Amino acid sequence: MTKNWWKALSVLILTYVMLQGLMGVVPRQPILNESIRNVYFHVPLWFGMIILLLTSAIFSIKYLRNGRIGDDVVAVEFANTAILFGLLGCATGSLWANFTWGEPWPNDPKLNSVAVGMLMYLAYLILRGSFDDEQRRARISAVYNIFAFAVFVPLIFIVPRLTDSLHPGNGGNPAFGKYDMNSQMRMVFYPAVIGFTLLGVWITELRVRVRRLKIVLDD
Amino acid sequence: MAESVRQMGALMRKEFLLEWRQRYALNGMLLYIVGAVFVCYLSFNARRGQLTPIVWNTLFWIILLFTAINAIAKSFVQERAGRQLYYYTLASPQQIIISKILYNTALMLVLALLGFSVYAFVLGNPVNDVPLYLLTLVLGAIGFAASLTLVSGIASKAENPATLMAVLSFPIILPLLLMLLKISKNALDGLDRSVSWDEMGTVLAIDAIVLTLSWLLFPFLWRS
Repeated sequence: MTKNWWKALSVLILTYVMLQGLMGVVPRQPILNESIRNVYFHVPLWFGMIILLLTSAIFSIKYLRNGRIGDDVVAVEFANTAILFGLLGCATGSLWANFTWGEPWPNDPKLNSVAVGMLMYLAYLILRGSFDDEQRRARISAVYNIFAFAVFVPLIFIVPRLTDSLHPGNGGNPAFGKYDMNSQMRMVFYPAVIGFTLLGVWITELRVRVRRLKIVLDD
Repeated sequence: MAESVRQMGALMRKEFLLEWRQRYALNGMLLYIVGAVFVCYLSFNARRGQLTPIVWNTLFWIILLFTAINAIAKSFVQERAGRQLYYYTLASPQQIIISKILYNTALMLVLALLGFSVYAFVLGNPVNDVPLYLLTLVLGAIGFAASLTLVSGIASKAENPATLMAVLSFPIILPLLLMLLKISKNALDGLDRSVSWDEMGTVLAIDAIVLTLSWLLFPFLWRS
């Protein structure tokens, strides 16, 4: 039980976030209006995705250092969960953009960067599919995973900031923390980031266990 | 240090000799870029100077991108596995990847300059700041060579290298391509050079990241 406290924490935080997100008091902003509640869901999903991708890259580095196949399994499952979070982030973002910016997929550098980032990780999955030998697949896809993450970071954090973007914090717009969020919203937003990340870790853990069982059954 | 530079020189010399002896591959690449430029010229059916600068610039970089992917894809598949094993007993993997990147940079420079002159010849040359545009080509050649060489090493290990090369390299190359498009557009419009320093710095940073990663990761790749 002592090892599972973080699962309980994740459930608690997410329940709190749901309640606050649907019923809590939010500041009234022009254009955003009530859709500002999406800050609790859309933004933490992206933060969670980046944290999960970083973890995936770290496990790939671990694999290259010691060659344990278990690390590779963990790396690919973290990448899978991150892709799921990315798709959910896109969905919540489209919904939000539809109300505030007028169309579900405006031509915005951040959206396009993220779409390219998703392509990069889908290519990672395709690369994995094209090997039969386990060790070979693990080594080569670990190399690509590290490489992809190193390109993903400038793609997400630097390129959108050099051009004009609709997103806050880019192209000279102030970041959302500066004027949109009051301290009350922050009390929900930061736990939401932790909660969604923990949920991602939980999903990953389950999938890793399924994979390990499959490997044992196959032997 | 001097020894390692000498070894890299020998490896580079080997690459050039190999290319020179299989001249059909080199001639193929040269013809590929000239052909691609000409196909675009005829497809647009444009008289000189009719394309808007944005289309002119983008089209040129797309042609260069496809040429680069085709040219660099073969850097690991044109030699048999046995012979590669022999090289690895002679030199360290870092020396091999660096010499391959340097060689591919030289190849890309030749292709880019040839492509640019043919392109400017048939479609007109609206570039206002030619030295800056050429500098962009050099930066692009380094960046393309550095990132695509490692990707071609990855793809060559898999079942279906040609498709995989394209799928893996498009998203990886995109941040670099966007920055290069921006700088070259500035050069095209003849804007003041100080406008481009930011992007120039980003391109150099991306080049540095990609080079370091190739250096660090290639030793793990060749062993499989």
